[in-house]
Amino acid sequence: MRRVGSLLAGVAASLAGVAAAAAVLHAREVRSPVPPDTDRLLYLRSGKTADRVFLSFDALAADVYWIRTIQHYGRDRHSTRPDRFTLLQPLLDLTTTLDPAFNIAYRFGAIFLSMESPNGPGRSDQAIALLEKGLKANPNRWQYAHDIGFIHYWYTGDLPSAARWFERAAAMPGAPEWIRPLAGVTLAQGGDRQGARTLLRELMTSNEKYIREAAERGLAQVQALDDLDALAMLLERLHQATGRYPADWIELAHNGVPGMPPRDPTGVEYAYDPATHTVALGAGSTLAPLPRGMSR
Amino acid sequence: MIRRIRLVAWHVFKESVRDRVLYAIGAFALLLVGASIAIGQLSAGEDVKIIKDLGLSTIELAGVLMTIFIGVGLVAREIDRRSIFGLLSKPLPRWEFVLGKYAGLILTIVVNVAAMTAALYLMLAYLDWQALPVERRAWDAPAADPRLLVSVLLITAELALLTALSLFFSTFSSSALLSIVFTVGIFVTGLFSAELRGFGDIVEVSPTVAKFVGGIGWLVPAFSAFSDVKAQVVHGRAVPAAFVFYTLAYAAIYIAALLAGAVTIFSRREFK
Repeated sequence: MRRVGSLLAGVAASLAGVAAAAAVLHAREVRSPVPPDTDRLLYLRSGKTADRVFLSFDALAADVYWIRTIQHYGRDRHSTRPDRFTLLQPLLDLTTTLDPAFNIAYRFGAIFLSMESPNGPGRSDQAIALLEKGLKANPNRWQYAHDIGFIHYWYTGDLPSAARWFERAAAMPGAPEWIRPLAGVTLAQGGDRQGARTLLRELMTSNEKYIREAAERGLAQVQALDDLDALAMLLERLHQATGRYPADWIELAHNGVPGMPPRDPTGVEYAYDPATHTVALGAGSTLAPLPRGMSR
Repeated sequence: MIRRIRLVAWHVFKESVRDRVLYAIGAFALLLVGASIAIGQLSAGEDVKIIKDLGLSTIELAGVLMTIFIGVGLVAREIDRRSIFGLLSKPLPRWEFVLGKYAGLILTIVVNVAAMTAALYLMLAYLDWQALPVERRAWDAPAADPRLLVSVLLITAELALLTALSLFFSTFSSSALLSIVFTVGIFVTGLFSAELRGFGDIVEVSPTVAKFVGGIGWLVPAFSAFSDVKAQVVHGRAVPAAFVFYTLAYAAIYIAALLAGAVTIFSRREFK
């Protein structure tokens, strides 16, 4: 009995110690956090040097750099530091130099780089350069040509370039049938939401989860653009009928408008400014910023 | 009581300094610290920073290797050689034996860390001596900057925690290999503890998974917490005293918990 008692006391003391240590660590993180590391340094910036340094472990090193890329992107997305995402492009360049066939690093890396603030650095130029590097190393990957077209379509708004890249992707071996009409649609109806929906729905069939998630977000953004237009029209109609704009969503609900307060596809309430009578995405919506210049 | 613990500790220290593994790791560390001068030459103006980075990392890496390879054998070797029977038949309580072993290895680690730190400072002093004034002005901090000692202190605390962990595993496992696997496994997990605690911010997962993984991040020994300031001291930036205090307090409490566990297990263990 006494032996069991001493065992329990020992175990309890150990567990209490671990819990107390965790509490001290938590106190350190709250009261005296790690001083911000202002110089973020990558020892190896040149992919060619890294290629030599890692001897026969290039593929493994590429995996490590890819994991670092994900961590860097994930952390900086939630950070407020001014130099967010500064290491993103060098990390992706290192990863793809060490393993030139690292498919997801090109495709998902391009999405990381293209996304506008606060979700990314908004560097479509770097994203396109990364995908062009991928095409040079893997000339038969129609996906990279298609992704460059998509970046022009969605982020830069350069529709002739988008159409040219879709055409190039369609001409590559193994490219699916649906890409060729995209080039024509892009040129004919360039920048319209219906064309964007067609493109995004095709991307939803991608084998890569991250591409599907990016497409899903794009579809939600297009839906939000439609919602914002519909809400603006509703406000105008009410103004014409009553001679005044509502003070808030509740007033609209009292006027018999269903579905108030309106929410975007992620469930965040749309923001209404009664001073300017404009509607926008609510604070904290992950759909911000919405693509520019996309007509109905 | 103190005298008996001191005797066991002194015995461990004498045994450890005769260990060939220690010399191999020590020679490797001194070579690497020395080689950092050559590596620094290739770094186009950042030589002092790179020598400091490499020096501190080498002290940490060599210390970790010493701790793991010598620490896990502390008790296992006594059992292997059957010398444990002779020791336990003496009027030496088991908890004093465990604490003596721990203190002996800490002494070994501290002496080695001090030797490697002295080698690093010698090299930095040489670099300072042969540098031109114009080169010195370009440095973020003086070459032989005493602020580096803050990082050395935290590395020593990290090694003390790792020693307690390896001793804990060696008290219930007769196999040195198994103890090494356990210790290295927890050490590597501890190096990722900050990532585990912020798992939900890095990867998009369900809140339950994020909380579960975050909980593991709080419970495993946070070895990464000791290396957080290396970049600061290398650039000569001040490290808040509260930060150092909390980190040392964390190490002390966790070490006490591990030693309590080690004593509990070892006191109940039967040797055949």
